[in-house]
Amino acid sequence: MEIDPFIFRFSIFILSIFVGYYVVWSVTPSLHTPLMSVTNAISSVIIVGAIIAALASNSDEIFETSSMFGFLAIILAAVNIFGGFLVTQRMLQMYKKKKK
Amino acid sequence: MSANLSATFYLISGILFILALRGLSSPETSRQGNYFGIAGMVIAIVVTFLTVGNFGSGFIYVLVFLVIGGSIGAFIAFKIPMTAMPELVAGFHSLVGLAAVFVAISAFLNPEAFNLGSIGNIKLASLIEMSLGAAIGAITFSGSIIAFLKLRGIMSGAPITFKGQHFINLFIGLTIIFLIYYLCRTQSSNIFWTIVVISFLVGVLLIIPIGGADMPVVISMLNSYSGWAAAGIGFTLENTALIITGALVGSSGAILSYIMCKGMNRSFFNVILGGWGATDQASSAQSKEQKPTKSGNADDAAFLMKNASSVIIVPGYGMAVAQAQHALREMVDALKKNGVKVSYAIHPVAGRMPGHMNVLLAEANVPYDEVFELEEINNDFANCDVAYVIGANDVTNPVAKSDPQSPIYGMPVLDVEKSKSVLFVKRSLSPGYAGIDNDLFYRDNTLMLFADAKKMTEEIVKSL
Repeated sequence: MEIDPFIFRFSIFILSIFVGYYVVWSVTPSLHTPLMSVTNAISSVIIVGAIIAALASNSDEIFETSSMFGFLAIILAAVNIFGGFLVTQRMLQMYKKKKK
Repeated sequence: MSANLSATFYLISGILFILALRGLSSPETSRQGNYFGIAGMVIAIVVTFLTVGNFGSGFIYVLVFLVIGGSIGAFIAFKIPMTAMPELVAGFHSLVGLAAVFVAISAFLNPEAFNLGSIGNIKLASLIEMSLGAAIGAITFSGSIIAFLKLRGIMSGAPITFKGQHFINLFIGLTIIFLIYYLCRTQSSNIFWTIVVISFLVGVLLIIPIGGADMPVVISMLNSYSGWAAAGIGFTLENTALIITGALVGSSGAILSYIMCKGMNRSFFNVILGGWGATDQASSAQSKEQKPTKSGNADDAAFLMKNASSVIIVPGYGMAVAQAQHALREMVDALKKNGVKVSYAIHPVAGRMPGHMNVLLAEANVPYDEVFELEEINNDFANCDVAYVIGANDVTNPVAKSDPQSPIYGMPVLDVEKSKSVLFVKRSLSPGYAGIDNDLFYRDNTLMLFADAKKMTEEIVKSL
């Protein structure tokens, strides 16, 4: 019997939870705010789905309902991607060691 | 681009995201980590363009919208003051949630584009995944909006509770599960829309009973939800990058919620069910008899600290409100010139989000190796001459160690009272968020400095 591809994706999902668990526990508490902003930025990789949705329609009807939602999602995700990474960068620049 | 090749690239971008989080294990590696994250994102977007392969007029529009959104995001990122980080993060979470809802909606309306079957005949697994993604996304969206309004002060931070609240939430939760089951059987678009609308409602109901100082838990929890929503959509789109990222973000938010709950010695459900301060208002009202406190002015404080050999600073939310971090840093500089050893002690739940105080201190150019977490520094209070408490309250209350009747009993607190003298900057003797009196105010070694945190610190700088 063949294994459903869903099971493979589910395995990736579960293993990633474990990876996330160990990686996040090793994050130093002083960087918990940048952690939140960067996780927020990377979860905007959902833009992948938005792009597929936006480009799905035939070229003569670009703005039908389903691709309209795609375009809206692109704007939202883009705000997050740029905002999230840049604000994280801005915060991380501020963490400095004592001048010796 | 072939499906196998693009799947490989999505895997690479997933790995880069893992490295982005890994980098945050120390400030030195964190900046590099952020670049890994950006690289992962660029790869994911470019690969998607190449896979879809539709470079017609639609592609131009995608770029235009990308630039519009990107400029808004960049503008916000550069303009936002560091004290507003909790609101910003809550706002960003709401966008991820809404984006997940929109992607789920367009997948439902146009399943052919995502290889999920056809309208009215969508694959069962996909239907479950997309409706879960949409529901969690909608909860994340409306919940984050409420959190944003509360943090911004547009909405009162006080918990809003009413009778039968938990029962209603439970009922609606079960209704959503039932509707998803029904959707799978009928493929009806009306039911899909109902699920989305009800989920928006759940988000609102879930967050309104949670009070201001519990916000660290709420923000972490919404962070986690936004991850699970992304993972749900990732299953629908059969996209590895999205599944990996969703799992990472989901577990990250869950761990942060756990750390925050532990910092308050409360269970997750206790926080979510809300209404902490609300229950013991009666008990705090009856103990209103006047107890003696000692109060001083900036000169007294400056004299004490100048002659100390070590000072520990305990910042809290009040410092963020008063924007006192820069003045504080000046004060510490002046003290260091006098040969005083200064360090900072941060309680896990100080402020309105995890790591809030650390960011503000970093903004004021405080080196991160002078800033310590609760476990690292708690034993040092016994050997320190002066503890300077600025804007913190409940996290220093010794009652948490001594009085089993107290609602905060068992919460880990900073042992501030063990230092030789305590300077407590506060505007009045009013109790903190937990609604209980702070025993520290009445100790012999405590000197109250009644003033705004920023003004008092500036005055101390002057008299140093």
